[in-house]
Amino acid sequence: MVREPILTCRGLVKRYGRVTALDHADFDLYPGEILAVIGDNGAGKSSMIKAISGAILPDEGEITLEGKPVHFSSPMRAREAGIETVYQNLALSPALSIADNMFLGREIRKPGVLGSWFRMLDRRAMEKHARDKLSELGLMTIQNIGQAVETLSGGQRQGVAVARAAAFGSKVVIMDEPTAALGVKESRRVLELILDVKRRGLPIVLISHNMPHVFEVADRIHIHRLGRRLVVIDPKEYTMSDAVAFMTGAKAPPEPALAA
Amino acid sequence: MAQVQEFETTLDGGDKTVASFDVHDTGLRRIQNFLHANPAAVPLIVLVVSLLIFGLLLGSKLFSPFTLTLILQQVAITGIIGAAQTLVILTAGIDLSVGAILVLTSVVMGQFTFRYGLPPAISILCGIGVGALCGWVNGALVSRMRLPPFIVTLGTWQIILAINFIYSANETIRSQDIDAHAPILKFFANDIRFGGAVLTYGVLAMVLLVLILWYVLNHTAWGRHVYAVGDDPDAAELAGVRTSRILLSVYTLAGIICAFGGWVLIGRVGAISPTSGAFANIESVTAVVIGGISLFGGRGSILGMIFGALIVGLFSLGLRMIGTDPQYTYMMIGVLIIMAVAVDQWIRRVAG
Repeated sequence: MVREPILTCRGLVKRYGRVTALDHADFDLYPGEILAVIGDNGAGKSSMIKAISGAILPDEGEITLEGKPVHFSSPMRAREAGIETVYQNLALSPALSIADNMFLGREIRKPGVLGSWFRMLDRRAMEKHARDKLSELGLMTIQNIGQAVETLSGGQRQGVAVARAAAFGSKVVIMDEPTAALGVKESRRVLELILDVKRRGLPIVLISHNMPHVFEVADRIHIHRLGRRLVVIDPKEYTMSDAVAFMTGAKAPPEPALAA
Repeated sequence: MAQVQEFETTLDGGDKTVASFDVHDTGLRRIQNFLHANPAAVPLIVLVVSLLIFGLLLGSKLFSPFTLTLILQQVAITGIIGAAQTLVILTAGIDLSVGAILVLTSVVMGQFTFRYGLPPAISILCGIGVGALCGWVNGALVSRMRLPPFIVTLGTWQIILAINFIYSANETIRSQDIDAHAPILKFFANDIRFGGAVLTYGVLAMVLLVLILWYVLNHTAWGRHVYAVGDDPDAAELAGVRTSRILLSVYTLAGIICAFGGWVLIGRVGAISPTSGAFANIESVTAVVIGGISLFGGRGSILGMIFGALIVGLFSLGLRMIGTDPQYTYMMIGVLIIMAVAVDQWIRRVAG
């Protein structure tokens, strides 16, 4: 079975002053899979994710998307290329409505003169798209699409952020600690959302410290240690304590790491 | 459905009721929600109530078309400068240089006409260009150098005011000279009269400007981005808003609006004096705050600012007509400012 990875990184290096956050890190994401990225604090996993989502520019190394090298100078560039990120802080504007938030930075304008001359937003179209997307992901407990995001619960806000990524992500969706701030019930909702997104055929990069969640949904687990990829394991062949042992250095990784 | 973790199986037996907010959802809570959705409602209510109270005290003296339109004339400059201030405060900034830009641009429009003999229309354009430049400098310092807006505009306020006095050589251009040589500079002093009502073009310009900005802020992408930047700049940036470009455009536009205000100011004052418009700064911030626009950014409506300006105008004129010491006016405005901020904090808690 020869599969081509949709997104790869080779030899990424990122230094902050004298600290090397990424030390020739590699990364591979295959189509349609959920790849979990785990690692201790300071292992450099968030620097790697930021490099992929365009939030930082690596000093060295190469990122390729569908075989073509890419250089993301800002999150906008990554988004234009089809990589959507759900940030840990969600990146929502609390006072704006759900629809306004989902379309922030890529608003739909009214057709004709109203749109081109008066730059008028097409609220109805944006609200319809937003509602469709939310109901597709089973999030229609929200009564009013025009309500401000700050009036929603934590789980609902997470849902809006995931829906935004799923609505616009055409190639890759990255989720940074999506369940960290949530209760048991909301976490369950979000895990189902993640599997929903996968069913749509989008590959997902999931960064999490929550081992049960990682082992439940991930197809492969990328273990990051000391600024580089230590090993990629199959969650069916290893236990959670193995994974923790690899990532903390308590145990040496299995020798020739499985290629894919 | 995802396979369920062992510890989660008990969820099914759990309490299925969603957090229901107790039914003291009536009364106060509902008012809070209404005000949260309609930030201009508070100043509008205050305006109507104080209009009624002053009406009871003053009777027909207040409710004559002449008096009511006089209030409008007196707040025209505050309203225009307040519109510029609104844009900046919505981005969680503050512009202390608005008053200085107002005066400098009116001086530029006058001096370019009378000192260099430029056609007055060209001088007006030059004045607006100077306003845009001042605003751009503020914006560049705030967005590129990432300096705090309060400090930046505190500095440019002094600089622009100093340039204003040096350049004008403290000269006033007399009203008769303007009438004789460049009447277009006083364009906004023209008026429409019907009955006893006097609506100057300056008042109409203020109303039109506010309506245009209301449309832009609520119905264009740029306007939504202004709110998003003021709300949470990091989130806005990650969500795809070019925050620094938005900030630069907001400060530049504020400068242009102030320059436009400088033109209206010539009509209002009659002469062009480097010392006029001295209170525009503090009055614009007052109008914005009483208008329910949050100094922390991202919340409020520009319509509230106009209501805020009208409240101040009504108090000044009303108390003067009753014949109280003018200090009571300042005292009342001070009370209103503090109340407005307290109400803003209370409304924000709806999110809690």
